[in-house]
Amino acid sequence: MKSFRGEPEIYRQRDQGRTEAELEVKSLSLSFGGIQALSDIDMEVHTGELVAVIGPNGAGKTSLLNCMTGYYRPQKGRIIFNGKDVTRHSTHSLTRVGIGRTFQNIELFPGMTVLSNMMLGRHIHCRYGLIPGCFFSPSVRKEEIRHRRILEEIIDFLEMQAIRNKPVGSLPYGMRKRVELGRALALDPRLLVLDEPFAGMTLEEKEDMVRFLLELNAGWGQTMILVEHDMSIVMSISTRVTVLNFGEKLAEGTPEAVQSDPKVIAAYLGGGQENGNGLSRDNGLQADIG
Amino acid sequence: MRDLKFHPCGNYRESYREELTVFETDFGRLWMALGLAVLFGVVPWTTSPYMLYVINTIGIMAIAAIGLNILIGSTGLISLGHGAFFGVGAYAAGVLASSWNVPIYLAVPAAGIITALTGMIFGIPSGRLKGLYLAIATLAGQFIIEYVLVHWEDVTQGTMGITLPDPSILGVSLRGDRPFFFVIFIVLAAMTWMAVNIMRTRFGRAFVAIRDNDRAAEGMGIPVFPYKLLSFGISSFYAGIAGAIWAFYMISITAEPFTMMMSVEFIAMVIIGGLGSISGSILGAVFITMLNETLRWVTDILMNAGGLAGLELTLAPLRELAFGLAIVLFILFEPKGLAEIWRVVRSSFRLWPFSY
Repeated sequence: MKSFRGEPEIYRQRDQGRTEAELEVKSLSLSFGGIQALSDIDMEVHTGELVAVIGPNGAGKTSLLNCMTGYYRPQKGRIIFNGKDVTRHSTHSLTRVGIGRTFQNIELFPGMTVLSNMMLGRHIHCRYGLIPGCFFSPSVRKEEIRHRRILEEIIDFLEMQAIRNKPVGSLPYGMRKRVELGRALALDPRLLVLDEPFAGMTLEEKEDMVRFLLELNAGWGQTMILVEHDMSIVMSISTRVTVLNFGEKLAEGTPEAVQSDPKVIAAYLGGGQENGNGLSRDNGLQADIG
Repeated sequence: MRDLKFHPCGNYRESYREELTVFETDFGRLWMALGLAVLFGVVPWTTSPYMLYVINTIGIMAIAAIGLNILIGSTGLISLGHGAFFGVGAYAAGVLASSWNVPIYLAVPAAGIITALTGMIFGIPSGRLKGLYLAIATLAGQFIIEYVLVHWEDVTQGTMGITLPDPSILGVSLRGDRPFFFVIFIVLAAMTWMAVNIMRTRFGRAFVAIRDNDRAAEGMGIPVFPYKLLSFGISSFYAGIAGAIWAFYMISITAEPFTMMMSVEFIAMVIIGGLGSISGSILGAVFITMLNETLRWVTDILMNAGGLAGLELTLAPLRELAFGLAIVLFILFEPKGLAEIWRVVRSSFRLWPFSY
């Protein structure tokens, strides 16, 4: 069991205004040519919540996240973050607004060490200009040291002390996912967007990750959106769950409510009308044989 | 005074400040200081004028190569127009010095800034193009600049070229190889130091991030296109400074040397030296310049040897051939370039006699 850990500086320093993360998605539609990836999605995330987005493969979960983080441009609808319309914002300006993300297929900088990777998360918080940078003036040095201290606290929190100077390319998969989470935390986001943080992990790695996410969310009030396939994790840690299927929102609510929603069960287990037809055909077959 | 560190057997650093140092040990600092002392104290006073000319050329090429390495090695953008940017710097300094009598210490930085702006304009295609396509776009830049240098006669005096006035700093005339040796190598030392600093601050990290994964770089809040332009600007700034010093050193300039061949030479320096390595750029400049001079020497001997005079035309492409061969051999056997060879040699010295 872990001993007591201090709260990282980025959370210690947050006052009320800095934690606020109210995301509102209004009738969002996205299509690629003839394929309707998202149609009329409404969604809300409030400060301090951990909202999970689930759905079968191809349901549009990642597309929704890509819209929120500026990688895709929705054709219709609006995304409002803390009262500001951010639908047309570019990806890099969204990180400044306070939306930080991790990727489904790890997108780290393979040649760099863990520390340099995380240092890139601090890029938007470095305030010095090019000329002082050229001369590495004392103020630049001071700022670099300040960011390093912040990173070390995140490294402590994520238990990555042993690998901080290792090149990311040499790390196992689960560890890379953790580095990516660390890099996203270094952005100091108000809203943390996680795209399948548990994919391809062993049970132990999943347990560690759950512990980190719970501590971030419950302990320090980090608002998060999570896309995940592992139902046992989603149902046990999220405040609310949104279910997507073929680009449409099927259901939304607490984990318990969603679990017992017949539409959700139908989408996952393939039930309802279609299942009925199949059964009758089956019966027919049996009759033929009989 | 703090304890001096030579080769500690582990990581004994106690503050983040110590982690930010350029040299890992005081041993490295000592070697650097010794190297600079020999460079400035011994080299200019003991070498022959011809050797000094070669060394000066190396210094100028090294400045430009460092710039190109920031663009190609660190940001991952290929530019085939570096020779032309070098020419822009030379002409900018030439025009400033001959038409407006701007002193050398103002003309050189001004030429650097003019070239940086030019480079940023020709870097605009990098917003849309990558890899080979960008190389072709910058190749167009090379030919456009060459054309302008020859045909914008009001400013560049076309094929006549420009003759620069005698440069002087604070009344001290700079003429000849030795004074220029100091100008070139002080500028090289300063520009190297600045490049090291750029690479260890947020700008350098952003460049490497764009090279490694531009999608993730965007996700980290780095506006990719402006940073690509910045990289073009910095790299052309280096080329401009080098070109300007070269113009003052050569006294008279024409558009002739700033061709495609020069751009290829710069790329060869960067690849042979080691992509993304600042010390590698300097080593690459040494290697290519020495190769050039050796080949000239060899062809001279062969041509003067009796009965071989007719081979002149056959031997002319020898230089290009040796160039291509050197690049191919390096890519095959040491893709990380001379910088990696240097690192291996250094660490084998350090670990001797227990290298395993």
